[in-house]
Amino acid sequence: MSSSIKNDWVLKVENLTKIYGSYSDETIALTGPQRGTNICPITGSIVACANISFELYPGEVLGIVGESGSGKSTIVKQLFFDMEVTNGNAYLKPYKNGTVNILTESNQKKRYMRNHLMGMVYQNPRDGLNFSFTSGGNIAEKLLMADMFHVGKIRERASSLLSKTEVPVARMDDLPAYFSGGMQQRVQISKAIANNPPLLFLDEITSGLDVSVQAKVLDLIRGLQRELGIAMIVVSHDLSVIRMLTDRTLVLKDGRIVERGLTDQILQDPQHEYTQLLVSSLL
Amino acid sequence: MIENIKFNSSYNFAFIDETTKKEIRRKLLKAICIPGYQVPYSSPEMPIARGWGTGGLHLTLALIGKTDTLKMIDQGSDASVNACNLRDFVQLTTNCKTTYDTNEATLIQTRHRITEEKLTDKQIMVFQVPQPEPLRRVERYEYKTRQMHAESDYAKMWLTLYEAFVKWGDVMHGAGYPVMVNGRYIMSPSPIPRWDVPNLNMADCIYLFGAGREKRLYAVPPHTRVEPLEFEDVKFHIENFKDVKCESTGYNIAYMDEMYQDDGITKKFYINDSNFLDKMIEKIAVNQHSNKYINQLKKNEQ
Repeated sequence: MSSSIKNDWVLKVENLTKIYGSYSDETIALTGPQRGTNICPITGSIVACANISFELYPGEVLGIVGESGSGKSTIVKQLFFDMEVTNGNAYLKPYKNGTVNILTESNQKKRYMRNHLMGMVYQNPRDGLNFSFTSGGNIAEKLLMADMFHVGKIRERASSLLSKTEVPVARMDDLPAYFSGGMQQRVQISKAIANNPPLLFLDEITSGLDVSVQAKVLDLIRGLQRELGIAMIVVSHDLSVIRMLTDRTLVLKDGRIVERGLTDQILQDPQHEYTQLLVSSLL
Repeated sequence: MIENIKFNSSYNFAFIDETTKKEIRRKLLKAICIPGYQVPYSSPEMPIARGWGTGGLHLTLALIGKTDTLKMIDQGSDASVNACNLRDFVQLTTNCKTTYDTNEATLIQTRHRITEEKLTDKQIMVFQVPQPEPLRRVERYEYKTRQMHAESDYAKMWLTLYEAFVKWGDVMHGAGYPVMVNGRYIMSPSPIPRWDVPNLNMADCIYLFGAGREKRLYAVPPHTRVEPLEFEDVKFHIENFKDVKCESTGYNIAYMDEMYQDDGITKKFYINDSNFLDKMIEKIAVNQHSNKYINQLKKNEQ
């Protein structure tokens, strides 16, 4: 039975590595949490993340936590093809049944995966939304990318998404530039889930928002997750966000996973020194 | 004494030197092979400034032979300044035969119109193109538009159509309506009116496009699918001249010019294609283009 569960992953990542600058064979050994640095003392190259391996199961929410510069965003950016990888494999179940390394596919194929099988919500709405198009248009863009060419259906879908994310539908044809930060973030979430992707990346989505709006956005994500069963990877430096949203957590330090496990377990009984520090500094 | 023919004239036949012509022809072959793909080319110096019809002129001069018959039109007219000057230039450097008659021409250079008369498989039409890049309105960087074409990443283009519909209730692109060629590349048909766009589809003749300033050329080979971008529920349509009639002929299934009269208030309509107008007046039978939009108009007329 355990084997059948094992094969059930949506996303499998093996040895994901990103190094900036020219590096030598020892670079990875000379950096990391034991060394307390991610800069190679010999080559001067920067190891953003190294040997990251994990699996994500359907409907699961995986948290990635760590201080700034620990490589959290690098991981999701590589998986969303915003960034080239240095090394590593990733397999996506809905794409060719998970038999192909998606990181080495052609740009056209990567675009297909991004448009049809993935969604991404960035910290800054300006990265995920086009501010010169209306909010409805931004959602339409995602639907057009996924080959929906019926204006009536596009508008129907956009308005249902906006009402689901509590953006007034009357403002569908306004530019997101005129929206508040929280509303922009909710439009961005609508856009990311427009084509019902099986996989969603959330990169520090609440960092720029005030506390009451944060709570609303987190509530929204939780609701969507329950309703649609999307598998998510949540990147945050904020343990309360991780606690609220995720089932399982990876703790990152200097580009390596230092601890992994159930979120509750990690927060109650942190094993690694760094995790203990992180949990004890929680306000 | 041996006569030195080569240096008898101060320029080569058809002005451009043979090597450059060869280069342009090679690029044209490439363009024909990849319908709708913009091929970079040399865009050599001409006695007129780039952007004043040099793209079209390059193609015309690279293709024209001694036995060709040339027709030169500018927005439908054989008699406008641009048409006359370019025609005189080509005639001067090639001594070729020129004509106003669409049917008689083997090579037609045009600015912003397709003739009302249907072209045959013996004819080539060359367009002057100011902006060859249909995606320029949505993406200003060339390296990005090239990438977008390579990956058929056309969502932004579609989005402008969507946004136009949301704002104004219709897709507002008038001249140069973007088209999908052979199901692969989005192409700018040069600023021809919507009326002409359906005539690019499955044509018998070759359509060639030259943009001198932007140094690009592209082509629609015969019998190639050319489809205006349209949504499943918001359809492409052509200009409507339902309530007006040509002052000279009384005909209204053709693209019309709107002429304001001397009082500045009243206006009269005339068929824009000058040769088509002449033939209608002289009652010469013309094989007009037929497409589903024009056919619908003709059906409504009955």
